Amino acid sequence: MLEIQNLTVEVSGKRILHNLNLRIGDGEVHVLFGANGSGKTTLFLTILGFPSYDVVEGKIYFKGVDITEMDTAERVKLGMGVSFQHPPEIRGVKLGDLVGRLLERRGEGDAKALAERLKLSEEFLSRDLNLGFSGGEVKRSEILQLLAQNPDFFMFDEPDSGVDVENVELIGKITNEMLERDKRPSERKKSGLIISHIGYILNYIKADRAHVMLGGRIACSGMTEEIYNQILTEGFEGCVARCGGT
Amino acid sequence: MSSEEVKIESYRLEGGEHEEITSLEEISEYEKELLAAGIDPKETDRSGSFLQQDHSVVFAKSLIPGLEIMAIDEALKKYPWLDEYHWNLVSQDMDIYTREVAERPTQGYFLYAKKGAKITLPLQSCLFISKERIRQNVHNIIIAEENSEIHIITGCTVSHRISSALHLGVSEFYVKRGAKITFTMVHNWAGKVEARPRSAARIEDDGVFISNYIMMTPVRSLQMYPTAYCVGENSRATFQSMIYAPKNSKIDVGSRIVFKGKGSRGEIISRAIAADDAQIMARGNLTGEAEEIRGHLECRGLMLSDTSMIESVPELKAQRKNLDLSHEAAVGKIAEEEIRYIMSRGFSEDEAIGMIIRGFLSLDIKGLPEGLARETKKMFDMTLEKVI
Ligand SMILES: Nc1ncnc2c1ncn2[C@@H]1O[C@H](COP(=O)(O)OP(=O)(O)OP(=O)(O)O)[C@@H](O)[C@H]1O
Ligand SMILES: [Mg+2]
Repeated sequence: MLEIQNLTVEVSGKRILHNLNLRIGDGEVHVLFGANGSGKTTLFLTILGFPSYDVVEGKIYFKGVDITEMDTAERVKLGMGVSFQHPPEIRGVKLGDLVGRLLERRGEGDAKALAERLKLSEEFLSRDLNLGFSGGEVKRSEILQLLAQNPDFFMFDEPDSGVDVENVELIGKITNEMLERDKRPSERKKSGLIISHIGYILNYIKADRAHVMLGGRIACSGMTEEIYNQILTEGFEGCVARCGGT
Repeated sequence: MSSEEVKIESYRLEGGEHEEITSLEEISEYEKELLAAGIDPKETDRSGSFLQQDHSVVFAKSLIPGLEIMAIDEALKKYPWLDEYHWNLVSQDMDIYTREVAERPTQGYFLYAKKGAKITLPLQSCLFISKERIRQNVHNIIIAEENSEIHIITGCTVSHRISSALHLGVSEFYVKRGAKITFTMVHNWAGKVEARPRSAARIEDDGVFISNYIMMTPVRSLQMYPTAYCVGENSRATFQSMIYAPKNSKIDVGSRIVFKGKGSRGEIISRAIAADDAQIMARGNLTGEAEEIRGHLECRGLMLSDTSMIESVPELKAQRKNLDLSHEAAVGKIAEEEIRYIMSRGFSEDEAIGMIIRGFLSLDIKGLPEGLARETKKMFDMTLEKVI
């Protein structure tokens, strides 16, 4: 589904990602751990194709297509969908209108019903995008937009940070469904990349593989549970040290 | 920026007469122009209509008891008591434009809601200019008697065949005790039209006055500063304006609320977008002269080019200690981050910008009956669709 080769990225002339490699197969879900500032969001926005993220070396392939130079809207049309860590407030643009347009594009679905699944009221749909949303509401509104989009490849940037226990459970369960984790591995078509530094959401989603980012590199990869436990006991650096930087 | 003075004499007063019509559909030639200003020639869901073409009132009819719609000349003749309302809120000596209207009036409308008449269907009025270089000097009087309610959709529009004209319009609104007037005005001018509306409203105890103003087309110059006088206790006034100024438009608009009645409230909300070489002066003034009044002023501007200009001038004037006046003003460009965010849902850059602009301009139009609110929204979307 997604293959990143030897990716080096600069933002305003500053090198942030260094020779990064990552491969996510069809039907696979990966987790990306890493301390604050390690480059997770940078990787996320580079995959999404934001212009201020300058690919100085390397390639990104999505569904076998070289998307390295493609603009964001084109990538999304190919089947990518994202939830942001810190989405901007947009005055006057109603969440419900945006969701409505996404559903219209797909030709199916009902905004109210989707919102209900995320415990968001009809009144909430008439609010301006992210304006005055609480932390948990921001995350649920992002997931709602993803539900409406129904892409093949999902990226979540910190879907569980700043969210209370109940909401993590709600978001986790719905995300699990969106990613078809309730289906048998051979039947899964959706893939995903979940960025998290706390990993709460993993209580509800079984990820196939985990990676640890450090200083703009993927410093360590392995089985999700193993890596997660190492991070909990020894911290990011300890985990990477044990891993030997593979 | 101060608005340049219009050379009134360069516009003509002759040749603006037209025959009366018996149905709005008779001027199907101009259907597009009327629709653009919110006028439905079929009069579907309307309580009545008024149409003035250049200097002649060609159609004026109420479809509902309790509501009167007529040409101002006729009304002044028929109701001598109307003298008291004529030039009562706006002074003839305010400026050269009011003097011009006083000396050389060319009709206007009289809208009257009788005591207790609650007319939820909107009435539509249109001041239409179809002759090149004409000068239209109208005087309008709108009265809502005690506990009545009227909703007015009014459009000022020009024929697609003309490019220049002058519109001078004096409007005086009287909202009696417990009455309500909503006034939704669409200006649909052309590149060389100059307009100088002069309006004022007087709101008595528990009365409500709501003015919504929409303008999305180029205009050579427009200057207006309508004032609402909240004279009654617990009276309310709201001004909302949505302006998209393209090309060389020179716009100087503002609203003023003077709070004279105890416990009166009001707000002024404006959204202005300057594109191309447009210049916008966005003013607002809240003057508190009574106890326990509350007013808020919110003025947001969006810049779409480096050759346009927006200047925002919010003013608060307080003359009592027990009151509350506030303002917010912000001018900026569309944040790149917002465009990217919408693009990340699979919309093109142009679609994203369109959605943001539309969102920026779309205010929740308050105080209208549901059907009319929906219709206004539709009209607004339609207008926006054309320009963006
Ligand atoms: N526009 C920018 N200009 C300069 N530096 C930037 C820019 N964007 C990101 N960085 C830097 O790149 C590094 C990685 O940032 P990034 O946001 O990718 O981290 P992260 O792993 O997502 O962190 P967090 O867990 O806090 O979300 C940080 O040191 C950050 O300050
Ligand atoms: Mg981040």
